[in-house]
Amino acid sequence: MNRAGRAFLLWLLAMLAGAAIVWNSHFTADMSFFLPAHPTAEQQVLVDQLKEGVVSRLLMVAIAGGDEGQRAALSRDLRRRLAKMPEFVSLQNGEVGSQDADREFLFRHRYLLSPAVEPGRFTVAGLHQAIADNIERLASPIGMLLKPLLARDPTGEMVELLSQLNSASQPDSRAGVWASHDGQRAMLLVQTAALGSDTDGQEAAIALIRTQFAASAQEQGIANASLLLSGPGLFAVNARATIKNEVTRLSTISTLAIIAVLFFVYRSLRLLSLGLLPVLSGALAGIVAVSLAYGTVFGITVGFGSALIGEAVDYSIYYFVQSAGNGAAAWKRSFWPTIRLGVLTSTAGFGALLFSGFPGLAQLGLYSLSGVLTAALVTRFVLPQLGDAGQLRDLAPLGEAVQGALRRLHKLRWPVLGLALAAALSLFVQGGHLWNPELSALNPISQADQALDQALRADIGAPDSRYLVVIAAADQEAALQAAEKTASRLAPLVSSGALGSYDSPARFLPSQASQQARRASLPAGDELRSRLQAAQQDSPLAAGKLEAFIEEIEQARQAPGISRATLDGSSLALAVDSLLLHHSQGWSVLLPLHPGEQPIDAATVRQALSGSGALFIDMKGEFNALYNNYLHEAMLLSLAGVLAIVVLLAVTLRSARRLAGVLLPLVLAVLIVIATLHLLGERLHLLHLIGMLLIVAVGSNYALFFDRSKDGPALAPQTLASMLIANLTTAIGFGTLALSQVPVLHAVGVTVGPGAILALLLSAIFIRRETPR
Amino acid sequence: MIKRLASALLLAMLALPAIAAFDVGQLMDDLARHKGGTAKFVEKKYISLLDKPVVSTGEMSFTPPDQLEKRTLTPRVETMRLDKDIISIERDKQKLSIRLSSQPEALAFIDSIRGTLTGNRAALEKNYLLSLAGTTDKWVLTLLPSDQKISALVLRITVSGNKNQIRTIEYLQADGDRSVLSIEPLELR
Repeated sequence: MNRAGRAFLLWLLAMLAGAAIVWNSHFTADMSFFLPAHPTAEQQVLVDQLKEGVVSRLLMVAIAGGDEGQRAALSRDLRRRLAKMPEFVSLQNGEVGSQDADREFLFRHRYLLSPAVEPGRFTVAGLHQAIADNIERLASPIGMLLKPLLARDPTGEMVELLSQLNSASQPDSRAGVWASHDGQRAMLLVQTAALGSDTDGQEAAIALIRTQFAASAQEQGIANASLLLSGPGLFAVNARATIKNEVTRLSTISTLAIIAVLFFVYRSLRLLSLGLLPVLSGALAGIVAVSLAYGTVFGITVGFGSALIGEAVDYSIYYFVQSAGNGAAAWKRSFWPTIRLGVLTSTAGFGALLFSGFPGLAQLGLYSLSGVLTAALVTRFVLPQLGDAGQLRDLAPLGEAVQGALRRLHKLRWPVLGLALAAALSLFVQGGHLWNPELSALNPISQADQALDQALRADIGAPDSRYLVVIAAADQEAALQAAEKTASRLAPLVSSGALGSYDSPARFLPSQASQQARRASLPAGDELRSRLQAAQQDSPLAAGKLEAFIEEIEQARQAPGISRATLDGSSLALAVDSLLLHHSQGWSVLLPLHPGEQPIDAATVRQALSGSGALFIDMKGEFNALYNNYLHEAMLLSLAGVLAIVVLLAVTLRSARRLAGVLLPLVLAVLIVIATLHLLGERLHLLHLIGMLLIVAVGSNYALFFDRSKDGPALAPQTLASMLIANLTTAIGFGTLALSQVPVLHAVGVTVGPGAILALLLSAIFIRRETPR
Repeated sequence: MIKRLASALLLAMLALPAIAAFDVGQLMDDLARHKGGTAKFVEKKYISLLDKPVVSTGEMSFTPPDQLEKRTLTPRVETMRLDKDIISIERDKQKLSIRLSSQPEALAFIDSIRGTLTGNRAALEKNYLLSLAGTTDKWVLTLLPSDQKISALVLRITVSGNKNQIRTIEYLQADGDRSVLSIEPLELR
């Protein structure tokens, strides 16, 4: 076997191995792209909530069209159909009777559940007071609703329980089921069995809802009814579909455009396929590296492939165009060192991202770094074995035309410097307002989806879960006791109005300790009877009419305690499960806080909880803090990346003047691109910042060729042509990303695409010509 | 003489149509002319289980067409406000709001008060059969629910008053318990 055959075989084997790894890779398009790799305790709660929290499993469903009665019928039928399926753990549509199980549970266990049951509650004085209070309640406008319970629950424990529950407004009701405020939509709240992070599960659940709705509408002959859906699960599914779609679309666009360019240049299928070899290798190697290093490949990372194609194809263009006529050996000698330095600067730029705590960014860095490196190595070591440029058509005319243009471009030095100065000034004036401070800037969800979500959320009164108190404990009992202790610290805030309400799993599943203490407060039948006699002497409610009450207390004394299993069949089980979490490190309790008339003041809550070991978390604040960390870190990394590039160039070029000559066009390109984007109204965020780094990393390749020409003869027309073509493919590759709806990709595209072209153009403008010194 | 005859005739002419036309329509017209105002109330709830009625007192005010406020002062301060279709109850520091459109039966019940206060015959007849007895100076309007869902809540509502002023409202519940609300106007607007 000859050398070419061996090289090709080796390459093929490596590719097959890579393909096998990619085949077994796990791809994901969920939020974890944005979630911190090394979270703090607060951030961990955020991450858990996003991946597994109850809110992440809620889907809001609205039925529109038809008339009120038809919508209600569809709502009932849909609930009935879905309730049978294991994919859903809870379905609420406000149907009459749907909360009977909950009320029944609360009433049956009221003496173990009510925090008012304390040792003094059933003494003579306690009974007198409690019953008098309860009779007083009858005077209230809603007193008549309490009346039926009077004989069995004269101390009003049920009222105590109900008054504690979050009195957040229930959705409106039309024709017996939940409806939007305007009455035009019937509303359901669905909780999936699949976790929020399980995008496949969410997709399956959403598909089920849609097909069952369609079947139901058809069965009832309602043609014009439609289904609206929203929730974190749908967002995840849509985001994944968008990214999947974009990966295909963007790669296709950039590949086709680049193939067209290459075919125009090469006019040879052989050269075209050989030229794509390093690209293919690079793209594959990128995914293999990410898969091996992180285990999971983000869809957005693959979407970045479009840019990688444009960048990686440069090397084979250099090889074919520059070696044409001179042969591979000459190319290796005279051109490879410059290209190698360019590869190293690109590597330094992408490599800086590896140190990011923002997992998405680190992946993009590793993917691009290994892709570019592989493409360059394949070009250098495999491609020359497989063939040379052969009968590549003469590109000198193109190069000469460029040469001619270069001479005129020279005059643009001062205007460009002026432009860059203006750009720098305008950026300086904007200062702190330049960067979008919210993580939502990176949100891949479309505006329309976000608007629908807000509308449905307002209609159904879905709780916002911005504030949480989190407590860790070793076991369930300790966790529940901690929840009760924390609740006693929160209660004063509720009375003072600093807090509207809070939720706690201990409300429906009190700790065993509390249950025992409450049970111990319940007197035996005869004892209770005589106490009632004494307590009720001058009350309008005679003791003799309270035999039912004595019986109920006796039952409560005998009944087994409440365990998690007791809650089965009620929606309270779900409430407890969502707030009492068991994980590998132990248990945690969540107490969501709801604002009253005034917004929640974090400092007040923190102070109330200080020393208790409970963690107060502002989810929105955490999100923004997280993003600002990323932003801050990205700035440092970009600076470090640029510094690495500068050091690399300084060491290689060994001349301050040459270094300045290479860097000046790059700095000007960055300034002009960023200022232009800002003027065009683009809200700049973290990825634009990374784009700035990449302009330097990628653009330096072109600047280096011009630098090279300073030592020796002026750039040959052929070399100029190769740079022009390589620049075009890079701009196509990155520019395609600008078409993306995914903010992460779009930002890099709009920054680096024009930035690469500018880097070449400005390098040409500022090249030291053979003008007299 | 002629003068006296003429004035008697005039009086008769004025009085006759009034007497002849005192039906539900006339009462509604009178009530509709009421411009609202503030009144004291005493409410007694007679509950079979209790030896004595539960008494509450306070003030209520009405601003046509749909704002009603009932401030209970004894035995405990509690404010109930009805604004269009939102009813809110404030007690201690707890506040409870119910949107009536989500509770059709409660809405029908509230409409009995609101319909009477505003003289809205159509609203009343949507859910009740009306019958009127007495004269403009002392009338009794009886509302019998026409819908079974409402009669499960209240069997009969009896409203009495003089001219365009309501004096008492009595609710008779299905289990025989009843409540009587007596109203004493403080001022007329």
